[in-house]
Amino acid sequence: MLTEGGSFMKGMMLGSLFCLVLSFIGSFSPSTEYKVEDHHHHHVKAPSKDELKQLGDSEMQELSKQVQVYCVIMVQPKILVYWATALDTWSKHCDKPVFYTSENSKALEAFDLNEKDDWARLRKALKHAYENAGDIRWFFVAQPTTFAIIENLKHLVLTKDPSEPFYLGNAMKSGELDYVSFDSGIVLSYEALKRLVEVFNDQDKCPEKRGALWKMTDDKQLAECLKYKGVFAENGEDAHGKGLFNSKSVESLIKDGMRDHPNNVVEGCCSDMAVTFTGMSPSQMQVMMFGVYRLRPYGHDFHDHLVFYPPEGSDND
Amino acid sequence: MKQMWQHSLFSCGLIVGFLTLHILLESKFATVRTVAYDGDGLRRVHTAVNKSSDRPSSNGARVLCWIMTGPKNIESRVRHIRQSWAQRCGTVLYMSSVETDFPTVGLNVSEGRENLYWKTIRALQYIHQHHLNDADWFLKADDDTFVVVENLVHVLAKFDPEEPLYLGRHYAPFVRQGYMSGGAGYVLSKEALRRFVQGFSTGSCSHSSTIEDLALGQCMEKMKVQPADSRDLRKRQTFHPYPPDYYLLRQPQRPRPWYLLYEHYPPVEGPGCCSDFAVSFHYIHSVQLYVLQYLTYHLRPYGYKYRYNPDEKIEGNSIYVSHKIQTFASKPLH
Repeated sequence: MLTEGGSFMKGMMLGSLFCLVLSFIGSFSPSTEYKVEDHHHHHVKAPSKDELKQLGDSEMQELSKQVQVYCVIMVQPKILVYWATALDTWSKHCDKPVFYTSENSKALEAFDLNEKDDWARLRKALKHAYENAGDIRWFFVAQPTTFAIIENLKHLVLTKDPSEPFYLGNAMKSGELDYVSFDSGIVLSYEALKRLVEVFNDQDKCPEKRGALWKMTDDKQLAECLKYKGVFAENGEDAHGKGLFNSKSVESLIKDGMRDHPNNVVEGCCSDMAVTFTGMSPSQMQVMMFGVYRLRPYGHDFHDHLVFYPPEGSDND
Repeated sequence: MKQMWQHSLFSCGLIVGFLTLHILLESKFATVRTVAYDGDGLRRVHTAVNKSSDRPSSNGARVLCWIMTGPKNIESRVRHIRQSWAQRCGTVLYMSSVETDFPTVGLNVSEGRENLYWKTIRALQYIHQHHLNDADWFLKADDDTFVVVENLVHVLAKFDPEEPLYLGRHYAPFVRQGYMSGGAGYVLSKEALRRFVQGFSTGSCSHSSTIEDLALGQCMEKMKVQPADSRDLRKRQTFHPYPPDYYLLRQPQRPRPWYLLYEHYPPVEGPGCCSDFAVSFHYIHSVQLYVLQYLTYHLRPYGYKYRYNPDEKIEGNSIYVSHKIQTFASKPLH
């Protein structure tokens, strides 16, 4: 009888051990899934709370000084309302917001690049930004039809070294080419922009004038040029893997959520630390300023490791 | 034979051991995991943790929310309210003409605009009869209203629920002491609720009008219930009878638009209209409800030092905080 009991007990021990081992491996499976994703996309994740906690005081001080953003905003008189809205809303949170226009407008001031061609204008703007960066090491390239939360952009790149080539945003694929979608904003580190400006001089790899037949969209062209310098598009994500750069508006994403996960509309939607939304009207952007920078429930406090002050002379944030 | 017996015992043991530990491990996890598939078909695991901050803290006032609705709107509107802001009320009641398993309270009053005040009267009588001691304050909301319950509790914190008070968006005309806009939602103190019901049982109050908010205001005045000021420390409104874009957008100097004509306090257009700790917005339907929920409770600027900090003890409640307090700060350069 004892030997029979012994067999059973041995079996039980082995079974429980097996279960333990399996669940241990199982808890690692999310990261192996991400490894599979790496074959399709590169990712740059925002730092987690734990990562930030581990940083020392002097490191934090350095990082807060380092993480300044030069916003390259490409405008045109034909979208004057969006231009004016960007000026009055999110661009105030850039350390250096610079508006680059195709032609001067009587209503608003901007840096006139005197260039009708979109691609040539973008090149000129990026070159100008690089040459006038001063101490700034991060560049955000956007159109005024995008709404951006610069503080969350800073949070994303907080622990990244700008002397490394970073090219981030909503990463998409076109055939073999990984590129960052222009409409949801493009983030470039100083090193990435430096290499880009270098390759601008190469008329074979990165021509200024493109034949009408071969013309690809500016964002894909940018990706092609950067590729030659070993800079590759990466998807900007939060610590949980949610994309931070959205090519849709909040409303549109919520509508998708109501259709796709109706029991979990808001939690399953967009990141708490989202950086951009696209396709919002000028009025919606004004409301966004209130919704992002002001509207909140009393008593919910976050103990963030960095403080970003509101911009001076602004009343809608 | 013996060998086979021992082998089968061993296999049983294997299975039992595996299952036992599996059950043990699963029960230890208090977090709920939802697995979502994104556009690429790639698996992402989100872990939802129940925040204790979901319900207003126990040292704050208890609020009973009652939502005025009807059979037509349960699926299209109230379902979303139940999934969003209603969860933060201490007690929620959905008032309809008929009782259902949603659950809704059946008020035995027909639907229709002309019966709104009858529904209100019956609703308040019902609440008084069944729920008077469940709360200190009683909020009425429409089924197309978005409410931030934490901010309501914050507004009510300085008032005593045993005083005869009611709050909301204060309108001036028709009633001498004014009345609260029905659309923006209004809240009665416990004493105010007692007096309203008493007014009807003694005949002091009656169905004086089909205009619900106005008629209620008349009864409040009759029963000596005072309107109180719901605005924040900077005199900005917290209850709003229309969506945010009606108030927030910058406007050139102009005469008062029609939706601001009834205001008791001088209305402000543009960013100064509305408190950071807004309590309600009206004409907010399903999509917009979730949008506001996302903007209020989820989307935020990391590390941002909000301009309005009513708790900070600074002289004159000035906008900027002493820089000495903060250690790592980053200001926009320009």
